[in-house]
Amino acid sequence: MMRTSPLRWLLPAVAMLAAGGCNRVQSVLLSSGDQASAAGGIWNLMLWVCVPIYVFVLIALALAMRRRPTPAGTTRDRAIGRGLAAWLALVGALLTVLVTASFLVDRRINRVAVAPLQIRVTAHQWWWDIQYLDPDVSKRFSTANELHLPVDRDTRIELASADVIHSFWVPSLSGKLDLIPGRTNAMTLTPRRVGWYRGQCAEFCGLQHAHMALDVRVDNAAGFAAWRAQQLAAPQLPLSGAALAGEHLFESSACAMCHAVAGTIAGGHGGPDLTHLASRRMLAAGTWPMDRDHLDRWIADPQKPKPGALMPAVPLDPRDRAAIDDYLMGLR
Amino acid sequence: MSSHCRNDPVLSNALRARAVAIATVFALLCSCQREDREYASAPTSNAQPPRQSTLQPGATAANPADPVGQHYQDNAFHIDEGSRLYRAYNCSGCHANGGGGIGPALMDADWRYGGRIDQIHATILEGRPNGMPSFRGKLTDAQAWQLAAYVRAMSGNVRNDAEPSRREGMAATPPLDRLPKQPPRNGDPSAGTVPPP
Repeated sequence: MMRTSPLRWLLPAVAMLAAGGCNRVQSVLLSSGDQASAAGGIWNLMLWVCVPIYVFVLIALALAMRRRPTPAGTTRDRAIGRGLAAWLALVGALLTVLVTASFLVDRRINRVAVAPLQIRVTAHQWWWDIQYLDPDVSKRFSTANELHLPVDRDTRIELASADVIHSFWVPSLSGKLDLIPGRTNAMTLTPRRVGWYRGQCAEFCGLQHAHMALDVRVDNAAGFAAWRAQQLAAPQLPLSGAALAGEHLFESSACAMCHAVAGTIAGGHGGPDLTHLASRRMLAAGTWPMDRDHLDRWIADPQKPKPGALMPAVPLDPRDRAAIDDYLMGLR
Repeated sequence: MSSHCRNDPVLSNALRARAVAIATVFALLCSCQREDREYASAPTSNAQPPRQSTLQPGATAANPADPVGQHYQDNAFHIDEGSRLYRAYNCSGCHANGGGGIGPALMDADWRYGGRIDQIHATILEGRPNGMPSFRGKLTDAQAWQLAAYVRAMSGNVRNDAEPSRREGMAATPPLDRLPKQPPRNGDPSAGTVPPP
């Protein structure tokens, strides 16, 4: 049998991994917002300052190791002493530059936004509750696992946790910030490029930490306003008989104990708000794409794709489940 | 190689010591499994709900406990899930954090309808006169058992090795393992003999 070199699979694997960094959906290096580019700028500065220094130190070390030992009692080499003093001064100056730059970038990232859009993100095991705040109570609404932001406008995001410590991370837009129980953190996002991005929980938070993703849609002002108006409106009334039966089942069985649908009597807050469920792109915090087939399988047994998720498998007749699917798929 | 080891007394002693050490570590690891976290396949009950009264024609019949209950009340995961559901389903709306309000207190030793886990389970699913609604159909059977296990543990009635020492969220009451143990004063095992006040 021919022995295959590990390079044969290692190289393509590494290449594929690296190629994943080329799209902007979830990239630390290709920033799409002010905060991420500020952090990217200082990252580059530190890289270009530290790499030459590192290389220089290694060269100096190699030279020192090759140097012949001087006999005891020889006088101190004055040239080397002066060189070291200059080196110390250079290192001190460069560290000062880095500290100053880091301080300024920190201020830039944490500056107080003027008249921002206010959003409150509450992390749960293992999904994101997103509330759009507004001084006018009738203009507030909740959604889950999908964050929509207007481009070129400051958004202030309040971060809270309902259970354990999580971390909010949308690499294309900003750095990480923890969500800590009993405390509200805040960050400002200023996206500069329209598109879909992906965020995820960046602090291990339990069994399904890996299935706790967040879709972020950055839209232009008109698109965002349209989305907001749609989210504020009550969902469509069920059109078919099956969907109507589904609504009744939803409200009279275990579903309504945890889930809310605005405008109906379903008002539980143990799980994600489902008011406009069918308008979202992903299901179960980025676990599955949102379509009828996946929704049906999810309701049948959430523990299969996401073991440990807090939604139980509710014993339902397949016909009843189909009616609930009809109802939920109509929530646009 | 192995024959060489057997012939060398020093090496074989070292090997034996290593084997004992490894076996000890494995034996210790066994204790890490305190209970099963049954996310998907928690047992459900087929038994008849327990009778809540001794009033009946003829001789007094036995009122056996549902064996499924024992499984839930001895499992820290289920008790902890019960505490989460207690908050999520707004039990605190009437019973507060166990101190009672609109509904009776749950952290004391008095039980109107029985303090056994299957009796609490029946109370949750069937409801009770004067305000306790029925949650049948709103909960899965496993959830009702989890809630019952937690409600039972609120008065300290929980086995030492099954009590969760931390809460999933913030709570106004101390952890279950720091609550005073209050064995049911009445209602158990012959629930219903004490009329509600």
